[in-house]
Amino acid sequence: MNTAVVSSRPRWGRIAIYLLAALVTLVSVFPFFYAISTSLKTGADLFSTSLVPASPTLRNYVELFTVAEQPFGRHIINSILVSVSVVALSIFLGVTAAYALGRISFKGRGLLLGTILSVSMFPQVAVLAGMFEMIRALGLYNRSLGLVLPYLIFTLPFTVWVLTTFMKQLPKELEEAAIMDGCGPARIIWEVFMPLLWPALVSTGLLAFIAAWNEFLFALTFVIDNNERTVPVSISLISGASKYEIPWGKIMAASVLVTLPLIGLVLAFQKKIVSGLTAGAVKG
Amino acid sequence: MGAAQFVGWTNYVGEYGLFANPHNTEGFWAGDWGISIRNTFQFALVSVLLETLFGLGVAMLLNQQFKGRTLVRAAVLVPWAIPTIVSAKMWGWMLHDQFGVVNAILQGWGLIDAKIAWTAEPAWALWTVVAVDVWKTTPFMALLILAALQTLPSDCYEAAKVDGVHPLRVFWKVTLPLIRPALLVAVIFRLLDALRVFDLIYVLTSNNNSTMSMSGFVRREMVDNGYMGYGSAASTALFLIIGAATIVCMRLSRMKLSEDA
Repeated sequence: MNTAVVSSRPRWGRIAIYLLAALVTLVSVFPFFYAISTSLKTGADLFSTSLVPASPTLRNYVELFTVAEQPFGRHIINSILVSVSVVALSIFLGVTAAYALGRISFKGRGLLLGTILSVSMFPQVAVLAGMFEMIRALGLYNRSLGLVLPYLIFTLPFTVWVLTTFMKQLPKELEEAAIMDGCGPARIIWEVFMPLLWPALVSTGLLAFIAAWNEFLFALTFVIDNNERTVPVSISLISGASKYEIPWGKIMAASVLVTLPLIGLVLAFQKKIVSGLTAGAVKG
Repeated sequence: MGAAQFVGWTNYVGEYGLFANPHNTEGFWAGDWGISIRNTFQFALVSVLLETLFGLGVAMLLNQQFKGRTLVRAAVLVPWAIPTIVSAKMWGWMLHDQFGVVNAILQGWGLIDAKIAWTAEPAWALWTVVAVDVWKTTPFMALLILAALQTLPSDCYEAAKVDGVHPLRVFWKVTLPLIRPALLVAVIFRLLDALRVFDLIYVLTSNNNSTMSMSGFVRREMVDNGYMGYGSAASTALFLIIGAATIVCMRLSRMKLSEDA
């Protein structure tokens, strides 16, 4: 840990730091506050650019859940189901794969790990056609839960990668003791390693959740049915009474609703997320 | 859809193929595919460059000790936490030509005379996309760089300070070489990500010609126009182009790394 010493800094240097900090904070959070403010405006109020709404109202939020053509509540439930399933599956598959890749030495282990990692460099759109055929063949087309399968393409590589590096660092004695006590691989994974893996599981799980929650291309292409959509597509398709009237207030209300839990999660688990993001970059 | 027919390389170099298409009388780069390749690379290079510079700046700032540092660090995370679609919509509204707050502020300060249609005007649209992407992904860069900065040994800095070395020189000669491996990883990650950009452009500028990316082109041909074969040819070309870019990046970074060793 290294931080420059402030006390020896000249006064203008300190002022510059605070000014910069204020600027960075403002640029980072202003758009979101503006979105909140817009979501509380309706009618002519929308066209004034003041940050404080003249007559704040929750009508946009109410409308989101009461207009039948765009069942936003349904979309939120879809998104939650999809994201939670993605997290559960990628953690299950990730932990078991990481045990094999991190703990058991077999021929071609490095190659396998490299292949898994290289999948994360795949452009999503390159698998679009093949995935489309596969989804249709499996009867998953037009179902929100069918999105779980394509989402695993981008959550699994980093989950496996981070968990494998984490698993490698765990002491070998633990495993040996468990084997001596007659534990099979399944019990070793779930009863010995799982409790130790928690920090890595939380960070990879959160990153997988965020990735699945935000995904747009697959969700836009594989789901057409209005009831089965997930939230990002839903927001991109919110429309007004006529083609030429864009209901910005409603769009911002939906945006705020979708983003608040994420911001909450990210801020609550700041350290975990940063360590998950940097696990590959700094150590690897 | 009729029965599939094997057409060889027609989708790549045939009469209406991606490359060597005689109907593109104004040359390859004037066709939609050429434009989308150029857009993608312009977008990726400029946005990653800016993100790296700003990310470095923010990371250096967060590595200082000052009151409210944790608050600033939390604030910096906010753009990263916002879904891409949401940030595209938010900025789309802020950059609205008639009622957008950005035009209002710029006009208020006397920086522009007339309101600018940021997302529709071809001259501005791509740079608007770049700006929004920079806003959204600078935190990612900053966090990765900050993590690298915090692993640096403090004795180097103390020694430099005792010797009275100018801070800028310390930055160039000590900090930058030490964080270079992490910086390169972050840049490569971001570059690969930026080369496959789709959602931001699709939502912010409705994927029109002046901003269409390669991914946008593939999706338009494959899904909107229903040319499965042609679209797949384009997606394969895109995959190869990104693969080539990855290899070039890896090579460059390894070369630079081995120079030090």
